[in-house]
Amino acid sequence: MSLSAALRDRDVAQLPSRRDEDWRWTDLRALIRELPPASPEAPAPANPGPFGDLGEAEVMVVNGRVLGEAALLRLPPGLSRTLRLRIVSAAAETSHGVRLSVELGEGARLTLLESHEGLAAGYLADAELDIKLAKDARLDRIVLAGDEAEAVSVNTAEVELAAGAQLAQTVMTTGAKRQRIETRVRHPGQGAHVRMDGVYLLAGRTHADLTSGVTHAGLDGTTDQLIKGVVADQARGVFQGRITVAEGADRTDARMGHHALILSDRAEIDAKPELLIFADDVACAHGNTIGALDEDAIFYARQRGVPEAQARALLTEAFVGEVIDRIKDEAVREAVRAWAAERRVG
Amino acid sequence: MLSIQNLHARVEEAEILKGLSLDLPAGEVHAIMGPNGAGKSTLSYVLTGRDGYEVTQGSATLDGEDLLSLEPEERAARGLFLSFQYPLEIPGVPAMTFIRTALNAQRKARGEAEVTAPEFLKLARETAKQLRIDFDMLKRPLNVGFSGGEKKRMEIFQMAMLSPRLLILDETDSGLDIDALKIVADGVNAMRRPDRAMLVITHYQRLLDYIRPDRVHVLSAGRIVASGGPELALELEREGYDKYARAA
Repeated sequence: MSLSAALRDRDVAQLPSRRDEDWRWTDLRALIRELPPASPEAPAPANPGPFGDLGEAEVMVVNGRVLGEAALLRLPPGLSRTLRLRIVSAAAETSHGVRLSVELGEGARLTLLESHEGLAAGYLADAELDIKLAKDARLDRIVLAGDEAEAVSVNTAEVELAAGAQLAQTVMTTGAKRQRIETRVRHPGQGAHVRMDGVYLLAGRTHADLTSGVTHAGLDGTTDQLIKGVVADQARGVFQGRITVAEGADRTDARMGHHALILSDRAEIDAKPELLIFADDVACAHGNTIGALDEDAIFYARQRGVPEAQARALLTEAFVGEVIDRIKDEAVREAVRAWAAERRVG
Repeated sequence: MLSIQNLHARVEEAEILKGLSLDLPAGEVHAIMGPNGAGKSTLSYVLTGRDGYEVTQGSATLDGEDLLSLEPEERAARGLFLSFQYPLEIPGVPAMTFIRTALNAQRKARGEAEVTAPEFLKLARETAKQLRIDFDMLKRPLNVGFSGGEKKRMEIFQMAMLSPRLLILDETDSGLDIDALKIVADGVNAMRRPDRAMLVITHYQRLLDYIRPDRVHVLSAGRIVASGGPELALELEREGYDKYARAA
């Protein structure tokens, strides 16, 4: 059951629904009675995209068609590169999907600046990334998901890591009518490290679902996950995080945190953090908190002269800032911060 | 400077202030002393405009302007500063960022130009030095993980940076050891000026050994029941609040 299979076979029966446990909060089947027609070809947009001119090259995908050179996403051993991957949806009420491979040879380093840009209303978009990291390779994947508010969008990454490989991922999203961003990681242990962060900033009637699964299969692996969310109005945030530590994957260190601010009575957050541990000698922890802005802190700021709206914005920005601060590259970090500041909620 | 007339206020259904009157002229330091539950903290929250504190009668004016109809941030921009008994933690916002945001918001509200980053930094360095605050502490999120003494020192630091006209110190001595108390008191005393007034709210006389008040008022059951010179504080320290509790 997946959106990509439904698009391939033009068959709504293959859409995931609430009957699939992993999709119970993001039901596509009930939402989509009929698949919209396939999207037409379209030229690359003239605007520079949210990462501007950061990076050395760009891979452009418009309406499911690769316009740039997808081969840039395959790095030979030892090479280091920063790339923009722009996935653009530019035709209203149509559907499209794309599947891309990202391969990093031994010791290669890629900073992937991935943006999902909704330039039309009500499209249905699917994107799948197959990501393979050879020994000691490192991928920094930064995703800015700026789908249009009436769109339905699913973005799935399957990641396979070799020993010593590192994945550092930060996903930022403002949601869509229904949106799912899913990351599955096969973690070999053996010194490999995963940092998998995310922020959802939701207002209006938007919906964002951050789902992830990391399976530790070998000794000495680490995973560190921090997800933060802010939801206002009638928006809905979903976080499903599963970390599995397989039998024998001893000395695994896995940490998961999900913290959200809920700014309205009609907003909703559904969270399902899961640690499945089948090994003996592990250090695993998870924390999950959902609350409102601290009204005492807001009064304190106002007493110092900060107007109420500005005080709320300051505290909200600081709340998600903790995730953004974990992005290593300064120029990228500040681009992400600016993106989030423009999409402030509440 | 500050004039309070027949102030009545309640929190939820309970009336806490029951006809409080007080005049605090510019250039003076007045202490308000009283037993627990007398309404000391309520007075500071009513004056600063905290939600949940409802004024049912009376007035409070700052240089003739009605304070009670203003938003908390408008009162701050007019020079009112409250040093909190329990300063709040502001996660993720460095102290410097917070104070600069506050200072510029106040200046904007008064129609003044914002301070530039270099000007602000210079002022912050000088002020931190006077108050013996480690400059690195100002880069950390405000009050997060600070000790009680550090938080109180940060309150005085903010006070010095924002340069208010009317200062309310709410139980500033609580949680301070004697060395920290001296530093805080020195910081407060350095701010005494003919055009500035201070209201020092305290349960114990100890703080008044270091911050000498011009007048002392006894607050009991929501009203000022006695006023006098500094000797009144010593008498309270000796004899307690009992006779005033009866008088109220």
